[in-house]
Amino acid sequence: MLKVSGLQAAYGASQVLFDIHLQIAEGQVVTLMGRNGMGKTTTVRAIMGLLPVKAGAIEHDGKPIAGLPPEKVARLGIGLVPEGRQVFPTLTVRENLVATAANRLGAARPWTLAGIYELFPRLDERAGQMAGTLSGGEQQMLAVGRALMTNPRLLILDEATEGLAPVIRAEIWRVVEKLKAEGQCILLIDKTFSVLKRLADRHFIVEKGRTVWSGTGDDLDRNHDQVQAWVGV
Amino acid sequence: MILLVEQFLNGLQYGVTLFLLAAGLTLIFGIMGVINLAHGALYMVGAFAAAWTTMQTGNFWIGLPVGLVTAALVGLAMELAVIRRLYQRDHLDQVLATFALILIFNQSVTLIFGRQPLFSQPPALLSGAVEVLPGLPYPAYRLFVIAVGLAVAVGLYLLINKTRIGMLVRAGATNRQMVRALGVDIGRLYSAVFALGALLAGLAGIMASPILAVQVGMGEEIILATFVVVVVGGVGSVKGAFVAALVLGMIDTMLRAFLPGLLQGVMPGPEAQALGVGISSMGIYLMMAIVLLIRPRGLFAAGG
Ligand SMILES: Nc1ncnc2c1ncn2[C@@H]1O[C@H](COP(=O)(O)OP(=O)(O)O)[C@@H](O)[C@H]1O
Ligand SMILES: [Mg+2]
Repeated sequence: MLKVSGLQAAYGASQVLFDIHLQIAEGQVVTLMGRNGMGKTTTVRAIMGLLPVKAGAIEHDGKPIAGLPPEKVARLGIGLVPEGRQVFPTLTVRENLVATAANRLGAARPWTLAGIYELFPRLDERAGQMAGTLSGGEQQMLAVGRALMTNPRLLILDEATEGLAPVIRAEIWRVVEKLKAEGQCILLIDKTFSVLKRLADRHFIVEKGRTVWSGTGDDLDRNHDQVQAWVGV
Repeated sequence: MILLVEQFLNGLQYGVTLFLLAAGLTLIFGIMGVINLAHGALYMVGAFAAAWTTMQTGNFWIGLPVGLVTAALVGLAMELAVIRRLYQRDHLDQVLATFALILIFNQSVTLIFGRQPLFSQPPALLSGAVEVLPGLPYPAYRLFVIAVGLAVAVGLYLLINKTRIGMLVRAGATNRQMVRALGVDIGRLYSAVFALGALLAGLAGIMASPILAVQVGMGEEIILATFVVVVVGGVGSVKGAFVAALVLGMIDTMLRAFLPGLLQGVMPGPEAQALGVGISSMGIYLMMAIVLLIRPRGLFAAGG
């Protein structure tokens, strides 16, 4: 599905990514872990074409996508739930879901508004409300719903539970689990170590712009101390 | 009373003309961040294309679509050739480049049509007058202009608030990166919005063509007032542009019509005349200063 190798990227003159490796196979849930400022969001931005790639390769279904503009990357079936939610504040909830909705790859059972409202009943209640007036948790649900409405083959969740109340977190995790059960391919970036370990098929750890470790949940246990040092929990 | 109603209608007509120009300008400025000084050139292009066609065919109803299509196509070409390169540049580059466009357009129109203004006629159907009040006949064509302007306002409201294009336009005004990251080719959206803005500017020119002398420089005359409308209404807000265009169009017209007369009550005739004219031509700029003092981002600032 997605393969990143030797990825380097920079903000202007300051290089942030030095050697990122990452692989996600069809139907997998994969995490990208690491402490704050290690380059996880930057990796996502580079994959999405929101930041130029300095060196290295990004492949989607075997085709190189590094350097493509964001809309082309998205159209290949990568749905982004960005860090900080970034819902469109001057659009209503319903409009946020509808504005960029698409089924470009011809999914057999594409997401509908009703489907998203079933997933997040809160959004149904708030359908006519401006997104800028929602609570953080509701905005997060909206950002997830908005990405799903593009019917992505790979969903990227960047810190989707950060700063949320426990109840809301639980609701987001419930949805992630449901998506996984339906076979949705997901790249998860989060700090809730215990949940990640349970949910994901594979983990990648980033340290100062490099992938320093990768393995399964069992591998995480085997390398417990080292992993704790990298992830910082 | 009759005079007041007549000037009210004149103000309304000037206001909707300003709105047609300001709607496109505010969208282009608000969404793409481009200051397009050459927006007035599209007004001129629409006016020339329509007036010339109307004079050749003797039929305004042929001139109208020809003017619209010409303005939209010229707008598309302008976006493709020049404006597209300006999105990432700073405002100074934009001002320089679009000022150059004004010079190029003015020279080209002079080369094609010469220096003599064109005078076209309203369509026969609308050449008469309508008695809007007992004792107040008002040119039917000017009423038509008002109606067209208001209809466009309704159409734009629906486009922006009820369609997906409108949603994307509003979304793009606050977070264009996110719109792109969700798979929308924002370049195409920009081209479409620019062409729409050009079409509306062209429409304003077409509507004005049977009323004004169609000549080089007509765009610059009105574009200054249009920028005032955009700023007062709040950059990026079509609703703001609508309100500001009607209010400023009205104020400008009323001041010009009545201020010299009012001043004559308190000072000698010639001086009152001179002062009245002076103040009325400053009127909308004074209004802008006042509005910006109270609401620095305009009446209806859009986006974040
Ligand atoms: N827009 C930016 N300009 C410059 N440096 C940035 C920018 N965004 C992030 N950085 C830097 O890049 C590094 C990686 O950041 P980020 O990818 O956001 O980390 P993470 O998502 O792992 O917490 C940090 O040191 C951060 O300071
Ligand atoms: Mg981050």
